[in-house]
Amino acid sequence: MTDFVNASLREIAAALAQKKISSVELTTLFLDRIEQLNPTLNAFITVDRDKALAAAHAADAKLGAGGAATLTGIPLAHKDIFCAEGWRTTCGSKMLADFVAPYDAHVVERLNAAGMVPLGKCNMDEFAMGSSNETSFFGPVKNPWNPACVPGGSSGGSAAAVAARLAPAATGTDTGGSIRQPAALCGLTGLKPTYGVVSRYGMIAFASSLDQGGPMAKSAEDCALLLGAMAGFDPRDSTSLERPAEDYCRDLDKPLQGLRIGLPREFFGAGMDAGVRAAVDAALAEYRKLGATTVEVSLPNSGLSVPAYYVIAPAEASSNLSRFDGVRYGHRAADYADLDDMYAKSRAEGFGAEVKRRILIGTYVLSHGYYDAYYLKAQKVRRLIAADFQEAFKSCDVIAGPTAPSVAFKFGAKSADPVQMYLSDIYTIAVNLAGLPGMSIPCGFDKDLPVGLQLVAPWFGEARMLNVAHRYQLVTDWHARMPAEPAA
Amino acid sequence: MSLSLDDVSRIARLARIEISPAEAEQTRAQLNGILAFIEQLQAVDTDGIEPMAHAVDVVQRLRSDSVTETDRRDAFQVIAPETEAGLYLVPKVIE
Repeated sequence: MTDFVNASLREIAAALAQKKISSVELTTLFLDRIEQLNPTLNAFITVDRDKALAAAHAADAKLGAGGAATLTGIPLAHKDIFCAEGWRTTCGSKMLADFVAPYDAHVVERLNAAGMVPLGKCNMDEFAMGSSNETSFFGPVKNPWNPACVPGGSSGGSAAAVAARLAPAATGTDTGGSIRQPAALCGLTGLKPTYGVVSRYGMIAFASSLDQGGPMAKSAEDCALLLGAMAGFDPRDSTSLERPAEDYCRDLDKPLQGLRIGLPREFFGAGMDAGVRAAVDAALAEYRKLGATTVEVSLPNSGLSVPAYYVIAPAEASSNLSRFDGVRYGHRAADYADLDDMYAKSRAEGFGAEVKRRILIGTYVLSHGYYDAYYLKAQKVRRLIAADFQEAFKSCDVIAGPTAPSVAFKFGAKSADPVQMYLSDIYTIAVNLAGLPGMSIPCGFDKDLPVGLQLVAPWFGEARMLNVAHRYQLVTDWHARMPAEPAA
Repeated sequence: MSLSLDDVSRIARLARIEISPAEAEQTRAQLNGILAFIEQLQAVDTDGIEPMAHAVDVVQRLRSDSVTETDRRDAFQVIAPETEAGLYLVPKVIE
């Protein structure tokens, strides 16, 4: 049974197809691990054994009848930002602490249709605003590699759950690095698709022009399988793209001979820890052995991505989060004088400090007299940042560099200074502003904690990017390492 | 520019978030820290650059003007803080 804890999705799928294990047995295995290890890690906000086992029984029936899909019967965990009908969906906030979603997000709908078994809902930074999981109303998530360290954020619960093998895979969302940075800090493979590939319907909105859902798993191959199930046109998301379905596994095994990897000068300067740099350099050496060449490229405006993001994302958040008014759903204050007071008190009580800060910044940069100076200016800078990537991709096929400037940091290390925390996403944010696909793959260790290598591809270059990741994972085993289990 | 305590309470009022006098000073300091950080955008030459609102340039889709949703009033109202006879209840706004 323990073989399945660290197995790939293909291995699990084969075992299910050959009746070596049933979905109910597999689901029970992971539910038991959650019961045993989650009290320490706090990776899940909600676990529902009955719902999970009911879905597993249904999957077993499908497997028995034949005609099941590849992922049928495989358990997974959802970031608690995805609405799932009948499941409490909190978004890591007191505002939604008792909210039971009345409908499924498109991603949940699609993964259910693929026969996957939802185990529960993962902890996260409140409304996906954070890089350490410390802003969750439900308490911080511990990094399975070192419980004194953060798992990264905002999809920190998803990352910790998969890293500790409490689930074979998980969903995440990425607005400025929220899949890639926790994947790096927990030693996982995580992928943010091209903007518009995965529907945002039922995914609680933070910054709508940047938010994308994506898979977090143990390997590029697992991510390719999951992305195939998650992606697809959805008329209920006005920015969902109408494109033919893709098999993201199609190019996994292609040789890397002739691949040109662009190394942005700006990502290899000061600011990156020496241990991270050593691991990234070693990964690049491995790629050269695989037949790739590396070329220096430049993203001259990438240094402006964090400040541009902290105008655009809060502006969009202040608008999106205005829906939490204590009228139709969510927290309502117990005492108030009138309607305005009810709004102000409900929101003051329901939102945590970081969410309030971003709403206030967003309100300010959109307010009369400041819109042009801040919001419009940031949108112009965003175009410069996106254009840099287009220029760089003229001389390379993919871009590589560090995912985060350091390995996982200690709790409290950056929480007192918001700007220091924002700089955790210095290498990931530009990718969201440009709408490009990006991923993080494990490439070594520093201070006994995982280091992530970031890959970025041109728009819709997911299959090629996954190929680049997969070939590396065939000749290295960083992605297969798992943290030691805490003594029982 | 730097925000005053009055600015902070004006922004909080616009955002419909109550801020106690005790929180106001810390909020002011943190917002000013963030604003100082984003101030570096002002130095960038963006003459002639079109603002970029979205990552992918797509035209808004139109759908046919037909009913596609079913009536799920009960399911949506069961999660509301206060309802009566199919209506959401709020404090009186018109005397």
